[in-house]
Amino acid sequence: MAERIPRTPCREQDPKVRAHNFQEVSYGYNAEEAQLEASRCLHCKNPRCVAACPVSVKIPDFIAKVKEGDFAGAAGIIAEDSSLPAVCGRVCPQETQCEGSCILGVKGESVAIGKLERFVADYCRDNAVKVPAPAVEKVSKPAKVAVIGSGPAGLACASDLAKWGYDVTIFEALHKAGGVLVYGIPEFRLPKDTVLKAEIDAVKALGVKIETDVIAGRTITIDSLLDKEGFKAVFVGTGAGLPRFMGIPGENLCGVFSANEFLTRNNLMKAYLEDYLTPIHAGQKVCVVGGGNVAMDAARTALRLGAEVHIVYRRTEAELPARKEEVHHAIEEGIIFDMLTNPVEILGDDKGWVRSIKCIRMELGEPDESGRRSPVPVEGSEFEIETDTVVMALGTSPNPLISKTTAGLETNRRGCLVADESGQTSREGVFAGGDAVTGAATVILAMGAGRTAAKAIRDYLEAK
Amino acid sequence: MYKILSKEMLNPVVCRMKVEAPRIAAAALPGQFLIVRVDEQGERIPLTISAFDKNEGSVTIVTQKIGASSADICAMEAGDCFEDVVGPLGNPSDFVEIPDEQLKGRRYVFIAGGLGTAPVYPQAKWLHEKGAVVDVIIGAKTSELLIYKEEMAAVCDHLHICTDDGSEGFHGLVTALLEKLVAEGSQFDQAVAIGPLIMMKFATLTCKKLGIPIVVSINTLMVDGTGMCGACRVTVAGKTRFACVEGPEFDGYEVDFDEAMRRTGQYRSEEAAANEHHVCKIGRGK
Repeated sequence: MAERIPRTPCREQDPKVRAHNFQEVSYGYNAEEAQLEASRCLHCKNPRCVAACPVSVKIPDFIAKVKEGDFAGAAGIIAEDSSLPAVCGRVCPQETQCEGSCILGVKGESVAIGKLERFVADYCRDNAVKVPAPAVEKVSKPAKVAVIGSGPAGLACASDLAKWGYDVTIFEALHKAGGVLVYGIPEFRLPKDTVLKAEIDAVKALGVKIETDVIAGRTITIDSLLDKEGFKAVFVGTGAGLPRFMGIPGENLCGVFSANEFLTRNNLMKAYLEDYLTPIHAGQKVCVVGGGNVAMDAARTALRLGAEVHIVYRRTEAELPARKEEVHHAIEEGIIFDMLTNPVEILGDDKGWVRSIKCIRMELGEPDESGRRSPVPVEGSEFEIETDTVVMALGTSPNPLISKTTAGLETNRRGCLVADESGQTSREGVFAGGDAVTGAATVILAMGAGRTAAKAIRDYLEAK
Repeated sequence: MYKILSKEMLNPVVCRMKVEAPRIAAAALPGQFLIVRVDEQGERIPLTISAFDKNEGSVTIVTQKIGASSADICAMEAGDCFEDVVGPLGNPSDFVEIPDEQLKGRRYVFIAGGLGTAPVYPQAKWLHEKGAVVDVIIGAKTSELLIYKEEMAAVCDHLHICTDDGSEGFHGLVTALLEKLVAEGSQFDQAVAIGPLIMMKFATLTCKKLGIPIVVSINTLMVDGTGMCGACRVTVAGKTRFACVEGPEFDGYEVDFDEAMRRTGQYRSEEAAANEHHVCKIGRGK
């Protein structure tokens, strides 16, 4: 058998340089690299990668087009299933989805599916390539549909509905569309004005209207949309935006921030740019508590703002829930990982500012329900880490505003909206999906849920 | 874009603007606030709503020049547009849920300090229209800085003025005036204080002494105003609460004012640096 071609490496900004700027870390493939990488795909008869993709992108088909050099054709195939390819190519946890199930990965390295998807989207955008529109059947009863939230779930749902002929309006609470893609994910992972804006513009080009500065549950209610504004169905894709804290003493000291606050100041409000007025505080030394993607994003942002940065995590590197690439990048850039360490108290100075974190050493015990070995405190091992800034990246839960202001909309104990597999909630005509239903998860799962709910909305309106 | 329909200076540093924002005007109730953004580079600035007109589709905001962002707001003129106005935010005042027959005859005293006088106006108006007995104390450093005197007189039963320097009305602080009113026989079922945190802290201490329940409206740092950032954390009855979605009004007896005051100053050094370098660009495009 011929020698296998190794996985094509992707060019990146030098870690020493990028630690001081907010430009994108990865440069992505050029056409030659993409075609070489595409030639590695075995085109399995039963492609496991497609089954592992929450929106079922026809991966081997688009990769075949890349190999032929037909990049517009590749984009057309992706567009049948995904409205945000440049985003997903960058932020999906490919190692646990498509690439994680690639047959090449069993003995060697999987095809770089994410990087190929990104290449196709970037190439078509940068070269203004006209992407063939997927053929779709229009619905027989067009109607007005409201989508609450312009994050991944809302955008995916709105795209499908608009393609089928519905009159779709997205209501967004913030002043910019994109949800977590705009307030949460930093510029160095997902450039806003080029990559993200182009994909949102593409959704608008389908006829989707986006009304920003409208908060469902305050400015409007789901009832007012259905009763007064003539919408026939509503999709709720409001995400999980409420930050969690540890509930330990000292968390309200000055210098303790939620990762949401820290990242929103930097990403949405562009605090890192000289001419933007929103302030951000990174201090000399920042401790980020948590081990997910948000923790990595906050840590690498603080580093770029000039601080020494530590990740404080109660398990070990093997259990970090963040994407592998983010952890790898963080280490390369000089983030210090304090593993098996759990804060028990934050200590302040006489002015009410953070002085240090009192932590306890942990060891790994038996596996918990998530299958990860659960951390157990080592008695008497308390110690202090001196720091002037603490960022809590412990996860988020859904905002209760909508459930509180909509009669008959059920939530579970964790505050998540209750919806069946299709996205149908306890209220007729109201559908939901994404983090608002599942609790904090990934961009692509939210997009998948948005698309599933779009189908349910179509079935509901066609049967009405 | 949200057009400024009218603008006037209430004193040398405070301006009042009526802004076109039909969705907010239709939904607003007393006690709520909104967030404005002047332009693409601007901060999201929380401001109280001092009036709303559903028919006209307008809301009225009052701003004081303090830092770079508030100076940018005050530099805007009628006909200009805000990039963003979003709201109404926060919960309405508790009394909007109280049936009219229970409000009738209920004795309220409002303690309004400085800029905090503006958001007292819609509350006093609401209660006055429902037949409550409304006293309003307006306090300022000096006569020139007093705002909303005529407007307030029209929507309350008794208006009391005090100044720190004695240039108008009672010579002294709002708390001393409240004590004086009670000593002279006034009786109140409920106090509401809106103003600087330090004023609300002492208003609460005075009310505690006098045995009057008090509601305070907490102004905190804030980014989104929808419960997302947690910058507005305030300790109430020993528990962390988000002022934006759980407030802004809380039982004064339960608020940790000292912590709230420390937290408000968190970005002071960054803001001082910004003020030094900030050149106002408002109006330059014309």
